Amino acid sequence: MDKQSIFDAVQQIFRDNFDDEELVITPETCADDIEDWDSLEQINLLTAMEKKFGLKFKLEDVRGLENVGDLLALIERMTA
Amino acid sequence: MDLFAYPLDTGTILQKKRSLKRQLLQTPGLVPKKVALLSGSTIGEVKNILEIFLLANGIQPTFWEGGYGLFYENLMFDDGSLAAFAPDVIYIHTSQHNIKNRPCQSDSDADVQAKLDAEFARFESAAKAGLRFGCPVVLNNFDLPVYRVMGNREASDPRGKINFVRSLNCRLAQLAAATPNLYLNDLAWLQACHGMDAFSDQTAWYAYKYCCSIDCIPYLAQSVANIIKSLFGRNKKALALDLDNTLWGGIIGDDGPEGIVMGSETPAGMAYSEFQQYLKELGQLGILLNVDSKNEMANAEAGFARADSVLKKEDFVCFKANWEPKHLNLAAMAKEINILPESFVFVDDNPAEREIIRRELPGVSVPEMTAPEEYLTTLDRAGYFEVTTLSEDDKKRAGMYKQNAQRAALEQSFGSYEDYLKSLDMVGEFGAFDAPHAERITQLINKTNQFNLTTRRYSAAQVESLLNNPNYITLYGRLIDKFGDNGLVTALIGQVQGDTLDIDLWIMSCRTFKRQLEQAMFDRLGEACAAQGIRRIVGHYYPTAKNLLVRDFYATIGFELVSEAKDGSRTFVYENVSGHQPLCTVIEIRRV
Repeated sequence: MDKQSIFDAVQQIFRDNFDDEELVITPETCADDIEDWDSLEQINLLTAMEKKFGLKFKLEDVRGLENVGDLLALIERMTA
Repeated sequence: MDLFAYPLDTGTILQKKRSLKRQLLQTPGLVPKKVALLSGSTIGEVKNILEIFLLANGIQPTFWEGGYGLFYENLMFDDGSLAAFAPDVIYIHTSQHNIKNRPCQSDSDADVQAKLDAEFARFESAAKAGLRFGCPVVLNNFDLPVYRVMGNREASDPRGKINFVRSLNCRLAQLAAATPNLYLNDLAWLQACHGMDAFSDQTAWYAYKYCCSIDCIPYLAQSVANIIKSLFGRNKKALALDLDNTLWGGIIGDDGPEGIVMGSETPAGMAYSEFQQYLKELGQLGILLNVDSKNEMANAEAGFARADSVLKKEDFVCFKANWEPKHLNLAAMAKEINILPESFVFVDDNPAEREIIRRELPGVSVPEMTAPEEYLTTLDRAGYFEVTTLSEDDKKRAGMYKQNAQRAALEQSFGSYEDYLKSLDMVGEFGAFDAPHAERITQLINKTNQFNLTTRRYSAAQVESLLNNPNYITLYGRLIDKFGDNGLVTALIGQVQGDTLDIDLWIMSCRTFKRQLEQAMFDRLGEACAAQGIRRIVGHYYPTAKNLLVRDFYATIGFELVSEAKDGSRTFVYENVSGHQPLCTVIEIRRV
């Protein structure tokens, strides 16, 4: 999967999860930028991404994810 | 919504929960309920998804959430916030992670027993502390631990943790069976149903302290919501069943009764027969079975006349085998039985028929029936008929509705409706609420929607508090006629305020509409009021999506309308208690 398709899929997950079809994310987007993005929602985002990309994150993988860029990098690494 | 049919689309439910909530909040007639969530592990998403499932069942929850892992402390030592919240239901979300004293290898048998007693006592006291709030309490039993130090011996050795958890579950089952208002959410079954490895996801536990995988949270929430909606009278009541390729294989009109597939000869035959057996058991629980089939009557009957047919024609309340559109048949049956179409589940293998029902009667539940070997599971997993309380009346219900059909047949042969009513030889038995009838009264209060003036719901504890309470006049009514005993079908609660009685609640089961029972009830109420020196009775009508029927009821029995609010609420007054003349002329009144 190329970078753009991963980005598009992640963006759609954010839009679905936060119920906002207008939402535009960038690699710098972080929990401070989206009101409902708390630790609870982080879990849902990760679960949705596991489903979407057929992955299973390890404890180590999901530690220290700071922003969308970190998420994208993780998925790119695991789907490479 | 298909999203909530089995198997659940868990991914979509989890991801789209916000838009789902937004849509579901538009549903007309949502009933508000206060739900207290007590935590043994992370509640967060459990709460969000539970909200979705409750909304899908017509219940709009507001939540009180206990501290993380503090289920015991919050219940035993409430700081007042839980009492102030006044919950309608309490859910204690515990799991095997909350077991503190586990057996170890150095324990003697007596040590293990002591640990078992201590653990059981802790959960028992938490549950009983919950019951003090006077509402139903739902408690999880325990999932099994995911590892077995001794392997299979864990199941039999007294020091085995598997054995220990199973023993605790037995004790909890006995507790729930013996404790009114306490209901178990069968976490152990959910874990078995989804498989331990899928359900007890270790990442979800270590990283987020969820007791089950995120993907299983919708199933957990559905299970809890099923108990809650059942408690609040939101169960389905009836099935409308297709015949060909639904209750048996093949087309009876083409293949003949000998040619259809059922019985133990073939794999498909076994699947159909077991499905019939399942339906028969639902019927024994009081779920009304009805046929809605495009067939000649004689052909349809011939299928059930086969010796190896588990279901017999007598098992059905309404039997519509004709060439009418199925939604018209269903609507007609709803009218005959006197329940709402939305109380039906429609079961048909034909996707086109299912689609028509969904379009024409949107409240009816229409599960996807794809292959006979899956019919039973599809119907079972949806939890349409979740049983929380089971009264003697439930078991007799199908018979009572059948008697109603006989009464309808009789009605046609009389000149006037009053002659017909007189011919029924009706006896009404009326009494104040008492302990032997409290369970049935509570059940009736919580599930009656049509003849319900105020749609106030009462918990078992609230009903109990009314027994022998001088500040209230309570009345229940039972109706017996020549076709049988209709059971306890009506109840009334009035608050005494000086020389005025304010009616908090007046309900009657739809199975005794148009029998003048409400008039007889009012006559009896008039007597009771006069005996206590009450001169005036005030009645209220609060509109809901389902009680339009009784909007003018008070006016029909001699009350005067004194005010009407913008939301359609109405207040009526009856000033003539002392001069009350009996309204009902067709029921012999028996005072108990």
